[in-house]
Amino acid sequence: MKETPMSNCERRFLLRAIEEKKRLDGRQTYDYRNIKISFGTDYGCCIVELGKTRVLGQVSCELVSPKLNRATEGILFFNLELSQMAAPAFEPGRQSDLLVKLNRLLERCLRNSKCIDTESLCVVAGEKVWQIRVDLHLLNHDGNIIDAASIAAIVALCHFRRPDVSVQGDEVTLYTLEERDPVPLSIHHMPICVSFAFFQQGTYLLVDPSEREERVMDGLLVIAMNKHREICTIQSSGGIMLLKDQVLRCSKIAGVKVVEITELIQKALENDQKVRKEGGKFGFAESMANQRITAFKMEKAPIDTSDVEEKAEEIISEAEPPSEVVSKPVLWTPGTAQIGEGIENSWGHLEDSEKEDEDEGGSDEAVILDGVKMDPGVEVSNIGSQDAPIVLSDSEEEEMIILEPDKNPKKIRTQTVSAAQVRAASKKPVKRRRKKRAAN
Amino acid sequence: MVEGAAPTAKPGINDTATPRPACLQPSSHKPISKRPQAYLRAPHSHSSSRTGNEIRGSRARALPDRALVNCQYSSATFSTGERKRRPHGDRKSCEMGLQLRQTFEAAILTQLHPRSQIDIYVQVLQADGGTYAACVNAATLAVLDAGIPMRDFVCACSAGFVDGTALADLSHVEEAAGGPQLALALLPASGQIALLEMDARLHEDHLEQVLEAAARASRDVHTVLDRVVRQHVQEASVLLGD
Repeated sequence: MKETPMSNCERRFLLRAIEEKKRLDGRQTYDYRNIKISFGTDYGCCIVELGKTRVLGQVSCELVSPKLNRATEGILFFNLELSQMAAPAFEPGRQSDLLVKLNRLLERCLRNSKCIDTESLCVVAGEKVWQIRVDLHLLNHDGNIIDAASIAAIVALCHFRRPDVSVQGDEVTLYTLEERDPVPLSIHHMPICVSFAFFQQGTYLLVDPSEREERVMDGLLVIAMNKHREICTIQSSGGIMLLKDQVLRCSKIAGVKVVEITELIQKALENDQKVRKEGGKFGFAESMANQRITAFKMEKAPIDTSDVEEKAEEIISEAEPPSEVVSKPVLWTPGTAQIGEGIENSWGHLEDSEKEDEDEGGSDEAVILDGVKMDPGVEVSNIGSQDAPIVLSDSEEEEMIILEPDKNPKKIRTQTVSAAQVRAASKKPVKRRRKKRAAN
Repeated sequence: MVEGAAPTAKPGINDTATPRPACLQPSSHKPISKRPQAYLRAPHSHSSSRTGNEIRGSRARALPDRALVNCQYSSATFSTGERKRRPHGDRKSCEMGLQLRQTFEAAILTQLHPRSQIDIYVQVLQADGGTYAACVNAATLAVLDAGIPMRDFVCACSAGFVDGTALADLSHVEEAAGGPQLALALLPASGQIALLEMDARLHEDHLEQVLEAAARASRDVHTVLDRVVRQHVQEASVLLGD
């Protein structure tokens, strides 16, 4: 389905908040959301959660013949897919622009920066090399796909173990997982993308935009760095005009952020390694804590209420006084009372249960409708003056018989809702009047 | 198409023993047909671009307050050393198209043409490094020739970093060597960057140097383009006027 357009109020609100250096989730301008990394049972499988954005990464390998112009190097293949469950706007045919952009950015970030030693993936030069394939699936889109995807890719690559191979002369032996322990890939460095969103023609910038912020941003600048402060990729997109010092400032911020994230990744990898070595349980099922009450909780955000009273008084003094409502409860039987008449049935006439009244009832009802509409608040007092109040007729309800001790029990043919059954009593005078007319 | 413009030596920052073959020769053009087109001959990278200004673009995508800019990039199969089998439709071409579109959406005054579509087609005839820059420069000329109002010239240049020095306008050999490469599209008057793209590892401290080199080279491209456009306008007015 098409993306729901953002309302102008929301857009303005977000932009105003950003001007005042406030973000909806209470973060500061340079703060990242919580990053959570969990690993699956297989090597090379991981899920990265950046706030609510979730990306699943899976690495797999295969022995293939190398490319003709690069006979001694292995092949790296990256593929990011925007799953339909990530956002309602992602449909199989519709995503091409975003998909191309993200995929190309990931490729450039991870492949051109040579984070993996492709020479080490060579088994037999010119004949057999390893093809490493990284598949990333976006499971939930809450902004900043590129950061989450880059983290997932590099974590999955670090976590992955490929089967061991030995070459003796012409013979190549591929050991299975039982015969020999799998071997990790040789990774030189870990490039991580940091996204900067620009607002108001480059005046304000935010790190790690959420989905709402992404919708109102002017443009995005992505800087991929590693912890040695080497820039692996810079990409500006969205048609913003940048100045050179803005780019330099962003690169400094990115340097700081990347160091933090790299530490987090190392810790997560070490934890997983430890758990596997000790023989403990690992995998996605374990990373989800059982026996936990999940609740949707937002942090309290301090709001300035110092001038609320003045504002409220202003609004009250300028507002019109509310209309007078006189409530006169009418006691029908002990235990049954009626206050007011309720609003008229705006669904129109659902069912004409009184066939005899159909012809005349129509004109009566029409008059009544106008009358009732004029003063909605004073219906009770008009019961006597008007012809008949409108009765809600619900065709699914059974017929109601009301036994009243002081009146003759008469079978009421109109089917009324139980709460409004007392209205049948008020309908009686109407019927009498109608019948009089019919008689005349 | 007539080619004629004095070659200008573009300062490669690196003037070592083997001077880099660096000179930019954009060619002026006399449109034979009514369609605005430009042919740019950069150092061994030639690209030709054509602007189609259709006032009635695809109605479904028309924007009510601005023009839609649509860019298509394709490279000829004979453009690189080895014959390319998929000149367009692959990811790289799509990406180039998107980047060009982004660049020109920022530079063209789209508010002046609501509900219309501006198509820019760029074809690379010979690629020897700096293809993005050549495409942007050629497209600028084409858009100017079409008479579409733009904020400023969009001048682009690539830059790299080898052995501690920043190099401007890399050739294919220098790009293939694997060092960091930066492509920069600049609006020269204000110094604003319309597009910035960088590949491969570059230490943060050197970023400023490389950016500066690319910016300087873009400004030099701007002087050449400016002169060519003025010359062309002069010639055209001579033919049309009096």
